[in-house]
Amino acid sequence: MDFSYSEVQQMLLDQVRRFVNNSYDFETRKKIIAGEGGYSKENWSLFAELGWLAVPFSAEDGGLGGSAVDLIVIMEEFGRANLVEPYIASAVLGGRLLASLSQGNEKVEMLEQLIAGELQLAVASAEAQGRYNLANVITSATSESDEITLNGKKIAVLNAANSDHLLVVAREWGAQVDADGISVFLVDPGAKGVRIRDFPTIDGRRAAEVEFKNVRVSASLRLGEAGKALPALESVVDLATVAVCAEAVGALEMLLQKTVDYSKTRQQFGVPIGTFQALQHRMADMFIECQLARSIVLMAAMKLDSSEPAAVKTAAVSAAKSRTGKAIKQVGQEAIQIHGGIAITEELDVGHYFKRVTAIEVMFGNSDYHSDRYADLGAL
Amino acid sequence: MNADFTVEELAFQQQVREFLRTEFPADLKARIDANIRLGKDELVRWQKILYAKGWAAPTWPVEHGGTGWTHTQRHIFATEIGLYGAPEPVPFGMKMVAPVIMAYGTEAQKKRFLPDILASNVWWCQGYSEPNAGSDLAALKTTAVRDGDDYVVNGNKTWNTYGQYADWIFCLVRTDSTVKKQEGISFLLIDMKSPGISLKPIFLLDGHAEVNEVFFDDVRVPAENLIGEENKGWTYAKVLLTHERTNIAGVARSKRKLGALKEAAARESDGEGGSMSKVAAFKRKIAEIEIELCALEYSELRTLAALSVDKAPGPESSILKIVGTELSQRLDGLFLELAAYHSLPFVPEQFEADFNADPVGSDSLASTALTYFNNRKLSIYGGSNEIQRNIICKAVLGL
Repeated sequence: MDFSYSEVQQMLLDQVRRFVNNSYDFETRKKIIAGEGGYSKENWSLFAELGWLAVPFSAEDGGLGGSAVDLIVIMEEFGRANLVEPYIASAVLGGRLLASLSQGNEKVEMLEQLIAGELQLAVASAEAQGRYNLANVITSATSESDEITLNGKKIAVLNAANSDHLLVVAREWGAQVDADGISVFLVDPGAKGVRIRDFPTIDGRRAAEVEFKNVRVSASLRLGEAGKALPALESVVDLATVAVCAEAVGALEMLLQKTVDYSKTRQQFGVPIGTFQALQHRMADMFIECQLARSIVLMAAMKLDSSEPAAVKTAAVSAAKSRTGKAIKQVGQEAIQIHGGIAITEELDVGHYFKRVTAIEVMFGNSDYHSDRYADLGAL
Repeated sequence: MNADFTVEELAFQQQVREFLRTEFPADLKARIDANIRLGKDELVRWQKILYAKGWAAPTWPVEHGGTGWTHTQRHIFATEIGLYGAPEPVPFGMKMVAPVIMAYGTEAQKKRFLPDILASNVWWCQGYSEPNAGSDLAALKTTAVRDGDDYVVNGNKTWNTYGQYADWIFCLVRTDSTVKKQEGISFLLIDMKSPGISLKPIFLLDGHAEVNEVFFDDVRVPAENLIGEENKGWTYAKVLLTHERTNIAGVARSKRKLGALKEAAARESDGEGGSMSKVAAFKRKIAEIEIELCALEYSELRTLAALSVDKAPGPESSILKIVGTELSQRLDGLFLELAAYHSLPFVPEQFEADFNADPVGSDSLASTALTYFNNRKLSIYGGSNEIQRNIICKAVLGL
């Protein structure tokens, strides 16, 4: 048993932490969000140069191994900085889905470009009626000889407007929630019939509603076997889920630290508010929540890297997301409450961490969804 | 990073499992599974089996007859015992007074007391809390006044667990009331047969008197029973508390309890033709508590991993105590929810070994409410969970 990071992981952690400490303060972040595309292209090139974009991928795919523990090392630090660059959307969701479904030269070339920071991806999966059920897909893909026609509408497509390729989840056959019949197509965002309605998200990122009206793509742009893409999509989303949980752990620890620091300086009734036991115990509980979230995210990452059966891994991911969601609500809301009015203004960073962790709770299934998924996987 | 045991540790785990399977008495196992309370004789019998194996004192150093186990071995042992349902060693002698005697006692005291603790020949109890000294333990008022070669002790202690079985009591007593309250306390060992000691059982909400009030009326205690220096008792007691951290989270016991809850949920009817284990709201609650237990388990493992590389123990035990006890209480709450009408009978005597009449209520759920009531103690004793939060605020958050 050893819960310490390897030497390489520790170096990675130090490197990412140095970057976020030196180059990613609250003001810088604001400028990045206001800038073109809502992320910094210089930062993205730097991430590529430092090898961070290679972390999610196996050595065969040109990456650094693709371990979940490596990934959470990075994500936790990104969480501390509330970093808005589309790492999850492009490198983890897009890159890993491409890596697991695609084959041959096309895959090699695209991954090379992605790892080099020259390519942005976006996965168009969620639909308005689907909630968190990845199999609930109405967007249709009808094939005629070797041409596919896509029709439908996707919501909350992270990083869509910045993407060079959309990975579109569509149904080739079967009923609305059938596991079978789901494929992924590589679609040019500029193709005829694709309409991207780009918008800012609550947490300072970019996403879009993407509509497909008789969009024609070549059948060669179907990634993997026809109708069999769901398991790959599920496992990529599971990895991204653990990654955002780790990001939340970093963000929650910042919220705790900022709240404790503030309570030591903010004076009311002639004393620092941190001297009040009514607040002290709530901060102690925030600390406990942070620790429990950290523990369960480590657990999930280790399970993903293990040789356990798929059901065990899925249950571990759901446990992590369910429990992290509880921590998000408690630590996030308490951080705001203890800060008081200043934290519900745009001018303090605390509210922006709160927005990010709230978005994380909403994404990839909220706590209740994952508690139920966990229960359904169990031997209950 | 990994949460795996080494090959040697896995072999040890097998050895412990095999030992429990072959050596733990079947009649005790049957009683435990039926929620029948174990008395002194049964607990001592089990402890002596461990003694014969050389496993009586997992946390003691070898020189005093301990196992010399690593932190991980201790963890494995406690886990296996907990999963099996075997009783933990009664802590008062083994885990509470013995480390203080080892650290601060004289050679004569070590020779006199430690072997009998190890062999479970002598049963100890704790004399800390008083009616007006609970969380504020240092406010204790029981006095010990030096008179020749003796101390004369007057006052009363409370929440004294299993004092009715005890041969000796270790007490915190006031030897100086003119100084700061922490600086006038001494650590005294007292023979329970001393004239002037009387016990009054305290019946708890489960109808059982597992605790007592202890009264001292001019009890003469030889001064040689003082541990260390006069007025240093508070320091000794505190050192003991910071070292008392093994198995505080109760993960294995909660796992066992959760397993029993799931089995019971599968058996119990939802009143609509199905079983409670299929009711979505109840299923979700069970899932959430299992997830909480997983988070607790990995927090404990993280603490253990840090201890194993000799990192100084931090305030982790406070987290483990708070989360572990609150989780255990939540499990009791779910049992109560599951039991519905089955929780109403109050027949505590049917959980005593000598009960001969027809039992009342459902086999598996009849003790549900009694356990729920009794376990309210978990978040109160051992430094209440509010005191633990104070510790976190002070030691970690710097508040």
